[in-house]
Amino acid sequence: MAQFLFLLFAIFTVLCAVGVVVNKNAVNASICLILCLVGVAGLFVQLDAYLLAFVLLLVYAGAVAALFLFIVMLLDVQGKETFGLRGFRTIAGFVAFALLLAGIGSVALKGQIVSSPPVSLAGGAQLKLYAYQLFTTYLLPVQIIGFLLLISMLGVIVLSKKHEIAEDTK
Amino acid sequence: MFDFYFEIPHVIRLILQGLAVIMVIFPIAGACSMAERKVAAWIQDRPGPNRATVPWVAWIPFLGKFLQRLGVFHVMADGGKMMFKEDSLPGHVNKFYFVLAPIVAMIPALTTVVAVPFGAYFDAAGKLIPLGLAPLDIGMLAVFAVSSLGVYSAILAGWASNSKYPFLGSVRASAQLISYELSMTLAVLPVFLWVNAPGTEGTMGFARVVEFQSQPGFLGGMWFGFLMPISAFIFLVALFAETNRQPFDTVESESDLVGSFHTEYGAFKWGLFFVAEYSHMIVGSAVFMLLFGGGWNPLPWVSLATAVDILGTFLPFAHAPLFVGILSIAIFMGKVLAMIFFFMWVRWTLPRFRYDQVMKIGWQKLLPLSIANLLFYAIAIALIQK
Repeated sequence: MAQFLFLLFAIFTVLCAVGVVVNKNAVNASICLILCLVGVAGLFVQLDAYLLAFVLLLVYAGAVAALFLFIVMLLDVQGKETFGLRGFRTIAGFVAFALLLAGIGSVALKGQIVSSPPVSLAGGAQLKLYAYQLFTTYLLPVQIIGFLLLISMLGVIVLSKKHEIAEDTK
Repeated sequence: MFDFYFEIPHVIRLILQGLAVIMVIFPIAGACSMAERKVAAWIQDRPGPNRATVPWVAWIPFLGKFLQRLGVFHVMADGGKMMFKEDSLPGHVNKFYFVLAPIVAMIPALTTVVAVPFGAYFDAAGKLIPLGLAPLDIGMLAVFAVSSLGVYSAILAGWASNSKYPFLGSVRASAQLISYELSMTLAVLPVFLWVNAPGTEGTMGFARVVEFQSQPGFLGGMWFGFLMPISAFIFLVALFAETNRQPFDTVESESDLVGSFHTEYGAFKWGLFFVAEYSHMIVGSAVFMLLFGGGWNPLPWVSLATAVDILGTFLPFAHAPLFVGILSIAIFMGKVLAMIFFFMWVRWTLPRFRYDQVMKIGWQKLLPLSIANLLFYAIAIALIQK
């Protein structure tokens, strides 16, 4: 049963991911992206990573992708400009693909996970462990990410304010 | 007595349980539309729907007339009407997404029920076992995550309808839902800070929250609605906004947007939007009651265990798990229905906010208030539980 569900979600996720890239209609592509995120959340549930699954749904599928879809619909972006593989884009695409392959290869060949994580913990205790780790071992990365988000937020405020002032002077 | 049930394969048992819960939620959601009309009538001092009846029920001397006056048969009449009406598909819509949107509305609305416990019983050792579909340790997060997917139905419906009022409505829906989700999430954090006391096993589940509200003593038996009134208030306001109920009814405000995202819908597709809205209300009320209203405890400072002990003095079967389970579900359902009545009451009490007011309340009033509330309780809880 678990094997079947894993295959189901994995195939679903990959098909949706392909759909994001292939679809010419931006709305269809965004819907595929959302379905892809839901599929990944399903895979996380299979791995007993409930927290990750629901955070993924809450943050990405529930809010970020909703804004994507919203912008796409508002601007009515239709695939009029076709992006062919030309010049710089080709190189960038191949470099990104090579990096992805290298990443998957390194994980597959070297096997980074030495000891399996303590799965015997009950779900609640796992949550507490997450929180403890975030505030002790991973405090610096969390702070840095928070700072990055703050910068981007300030950037948005500055950009939107500038626009308003320009309109006022008109 | 029920041994045969446990011999059924696990997967089929889970499906049966899920169907059982849906078979309760769906008719209640349908009946809520009837209750809405009846409550509106009572508040406006008129009889309300009181005509539809079934012949052989009308022949029962007093009961038949009473049921007719109460308008219970209008539920069936409305349902039948929605079923048999022509299901029109306008020519100018994006057909795939137009049909998909009502389904997308239903799925998150019914899926959130999975994480919500609706009762409890005591096993042989006297341990409280919550009754629910999935005893998730991250219940609160699960409800937030799945219900946040509900925004897609409004977005898709508005966009696929391909006309301007539905589109405006869906723009409003997505902005409103995303804005109020923030204050809602921040408002429940003090509850979980308090519940996850040092030394206990951490959890985000609802059962633990209710257990915390059924402890002995003044502070232990206090419902979180009294302990954290501002959290409860913020959660309630955000809940009204999230379920698009009246004071925050800008999403489908008939006066300026015709019918908003379901303007182009009719028959059963429109009915699905309606049922989804009421399902959201039911789950939202259930979550509010679990977090701030004591869950399945009958009264503040009177926990389910105490109530069962009191009943046990004159009822010999009061301690039977089956009786306790049914009693707790009845108490909880009563609270949820009272909450839904409150929703309808507010609808006929407060006028609708303008759209700019909704945004202003969400970002400039509710969000700072919820952050201040969180800070206050974080410091207070740290001092108390040190």
